[in-house]
Amino acid sequence: MSTALEANGLGKRYGRHWALRDCSLALPTGRIAALVGPNGAGKSTLLHLAVGLLRPDAGSVRVLGGAPGSDRELLSRIGFVAQDAPLYADFTGAELITMGSKLNGRWDATLARERLGQLGIPLDRRVGKLSGGQKAQVALTLALAKQPDLLLLDEPVAGLDPLARREFLQALMGSVAEHGTTVLLSSHLLGDLERVCDYLILLQSGHLQVLGPVDDLLAAHKVLVGPRRDDVRVAGVASVVRASHTDKQSTLLVRTSEAIQDPVWSVHTVTLEDLVLAYLADPSVGALPGPARLGADGGATS
Amino acid sequence: MIEFRLDGHSKVATYMQLVQQVKQALRTGLLEPGDQLPRVRDVAESLAINPNTVLKAYRQLEIEGLAEGRPGVGTFVRRTLAGPSLGNQAALRRELLAWLGRAAAAGLDQEDVVALIETTMRAAFQEDIA
Repeated sequence: MSTALEANGLGKRYGRHWALRDCSLALPTGRIAALVGPNGAGKSTLLHLAVGLLRPDAGSVRVLGGAPGSDRELLSRIGFVAQDAPLYADFTGAELITMGSKLNGRWDATLARERLGQLGIPLDRRVGKLSGGQKAQVALTLALAKQPDLLLLDEPVAGLDPLARREFLQALMGSVAEHGTTVLLSSHLLGDLERVCDYLILLQSGHLQVLGPVDDLLAAHKVLVGPRRDDVRVAGVASVVRASHTDKQSTLLVRTSEAIQDPVWSVHTVTLEDLVLAYLADPSVGALPGPARLGADGGATS
Repeated sequence: MIEFRLDGHSKVATYMQLVQQVKQALRTGLLEPGDQLPRVRDVAESLAINPNTVLKAYRQLEIEGLAEGRPGVGTFVRRTLAGPSLGNQAALRRELLAWLGRAAAAGLDQEDVVALIETTMRAAFQEDIA
């Protein structure tokens, strides 16, 4: 399977502070990946490194097989919408589409006009006068008009009302289904991500904490409920991500290595939201099958 | 053509909800062999879900022999689930009703019954796996 985005020991430093460090991952093509983590975790930094707007201070990053920012051909295959959907406020939708066609080799102006028409967004109105949801749709439309193979979206639905959010994600999913675009999107809205994303990249304090296909992660994590135990070693548990106790009962969110057989525990499935929140609450545990494999295959960088 | 819906509060995985809705439609005769299932793109867009989730559901239906993908055309129903199982269901339902009557006579309320059925099913299916 080919890789849309690959990072090896990637790092970025602002002064003495590492915004991103030791980041190694390989995002397979065709995935829709969620990039999650608290504010300041390094999400935007990773996205900016991936499109070549920032240069790494350590390690390397490759997108669609090339170095970001190296050549125009590669750039034309990447779509990027930065946070808050920055657009030229004095331009109309029609003018932005014209601008896009002059600046891009690969550009489907017809698709862009049709999309805005279907969404009921007037082409002759300055985008500064549009609602937040409409602006987000214009920004997505411009990114999609490039017909990118890789689409990077930095908090595209933050600040949108629920209906606008739904419409945005509908438009995105429809387009992705049609073109097979690989998507990496950062968001805090875990409920949305659960429906939309099939790959998880969780960053915390500049470090990669959890990485992998959502299905695999959900299958490998369980909530165990049983009688109070202070010694929480359980056969089949690789690590305990979160433990809470009452005087009678213990509730554990665990990463499993095999099926939990001990009948004393009732075993429950987890949602993506449960899993992300549990890891965010404890930065000292991680689940990184990807980098471990990378290190084993390619030899660890030292 | 059927239209899928999603229960956001369900613990059932999204792709499995789609599988179950197709099966439900096959059981009730709403879908018949030869009928086309909604296009992956349309489902992904209308429900705002990952297209891979729809593909996974359709692949599951193919594995179970209920649907078949025709490249470039779509996914079509291969066989129905309506038929003999409907008759069996009626008999099983009668037995279950009788059992529920006995459970009520024994003093079990509705929640007791659900708890008993769930634990028994879990134990029975675990034996199957082991």
